[in-house]
Amino acid sequence: MSARRGTTPSQTIGPFHRIMVPWEGAAELVAPGDPDAIRIEGRILDGAGQPVDDSVVEIWQANVHGRYAHVEDTREVPLVAGFDGFGRAITDGDGRFTIVTVKPGCVPGNGDTVQAPHMSLSVFARGLLKHLVTRIYFPDEAAANENDPVLLSIEDVGRRETLVAVRQEGEGTPPVYEFDIHLQGARETVFFDV
Amino acid sequence: MNHSIGYKREEPAEQPPYLHPEYRSTALRAPERPLVPLPHTLSEITGPVYGHEKVGPLDHDLTRQHDGEPLGERIIVFGRVMDTDGRPLPDALMEIWQANSAGRYRHEIDNHPAPLDPNFSGGGRCVTDAEGRYRFVSIKPAAYPWGNDANAWRPAHIHFSLFGAAFATRLITQMYFPGDPLLAVDPIFNSIPDAAARERLVCRLDLDHTEPEWALAYEFDIVLRGRNATPLEG
Repeated sequence: MSARRGTTPSQTIGPFHRIMVPWEGAAELVAPGDPDAIRIEGRILDGAGQPVDDSVVEIWQANVHGRYAHVEDTREVPLVAGFDGFGRAITDGDGRFTIVTVKPGCVPGNGDTVQAPHMSLSVFARGLLKHLVTRIYFPDEAAANENDPVLLSIEDVGRRETLVAVRQEGEGTPPVYEFDIHLQGARETVFFDV
Repeated sequence: MNHSIGYKREEPAEQPPYLHPEYRSTALRAPERPLVPLPHTLSEITGPVYGHEKVGPLDHDLTRQHDGEPLGERIIVFGRVMDTDGRPLPDALMEIWQANSAGRYRHEIDNHPAPLDPNFSGGGRCVTDAEGRYRFVSIKPAAYPWGNDANAWRPAHIHFSLFGAAFATRLITQMYFPGDPLLAVDPIFNSIPDAAARERLVCRLDLDHTEPEWALAYEFDIVLRGRNATPLEG
C-alpha cells in the first residue's frame, strides 16, 4: 500500500471572499412562497459581542423526507426535484445571515440510532484559520432531540441548547427560526471536531 | 445499512489551530472550549457536490473576463485534486479568488491605495476532469498590507475553495508562490505547526507546463481527507 499523502492544510477565507464568482440564489434553497418554506435567521457574534460582518455560512441538509441528495444516501426515501440541500449566505453589517429552506426530516445515525431533524453548518471568516462546524436543531422536535445521538454526546448538558434554534412568535410566513452563533463567551455555541 | 464509514481524521500538526495569537483576529473568534468530537454519520459522509453546471465558459480564465487583458504576469495554475490515498477527485467544482497584480482586491472594504485594474475581477471557477486535474489562467497576485501590525504584508496568494466528496472534506485554503520572502514572517502561513504541511501550500514552478512566449506555469496539488480503510457492511 502506498504511503499516505498529507492533507492540504486549511487557511482562513479572509475578508475578501465577496469577489468569488457569485452563487445565484444560494441563500434560498426553496422559494419563500413554498408551502414548506422556513426561514433561518441568525447572527454571528465574536468574543466581545461584536457582529462578525464578514463571514460565510454554509448549510447542508436532508430534504423534508430525510433524504440527502448525494450518492452515499442509497435509501429508498424520496428525493425532491430541485432541492439539493446546500445553501450559502454572507453575513451583513450586523453579523446577520438569512437562509430560506425547509425543515429536514429525521436521518439515520450510526448503529440503530435516529438523528433528529438537523442542518449541518460551516462558518468561515477572517480570524478563523479553519472553518467551524456546528448543527441547527429545532425546538418543536423535543422528543426527537432527546434521543439524538449527537446532542446526547455533548457531555455538558447545559450547552446542548446552543444548538437548538428559537422559533419566533408571530403569524408571518414562512416561519422564522432564530439561530445565533456565539464564537466565544458564556453562551459559546457547541462546535464539532469533524 | 451502516453509516459508520467515515473519513480519516486530520493530523493536528498538519492543520492550523483556531487560536494563533500572532494572527490577531483569532483572539476574539477562536472558540475557547474544546471542540466536541463528531462521529461521521450520514450527515457528514454526504455533502454538496457540484460540477460543470456551475461553471461558465470563461470562469477558469481570469485574464479573459473583460474587454481588455489585465496587467501583470500571466500565469497558469494547474494540478490534481486527490485524497490521502492518492485517489483522484473527478468532476469537482473549485472556486478561486485573488488580488490583482498591484495587491488590490476588487472589494469595497479593500482600501489599500494600490490601483484597481478595470480588466481584472479576481474570481474564478473550474471543474476537475476525470483524473482530478484542473487548470486556471490568471495573473500573479501581489503582496499587500493587512493591518495585523504596523507593517504586516501578506505574501502573494490565491484563495482556493473545494467541497470534496462529503461535508467532512470541505476545504478553503490559500496557495503561495515559491521563494516568497514574506512567507517566513506571515502568521497565517506559519500557523500550521508542521513544516512539511506548510510547504504543501507552496506551488511549484513547472517549466514543462509553461507556455513559451506566453505564461509561466505553477503546479499545485490539493489533498483532501481519505476514507477509513474498511467499509463495514451492516
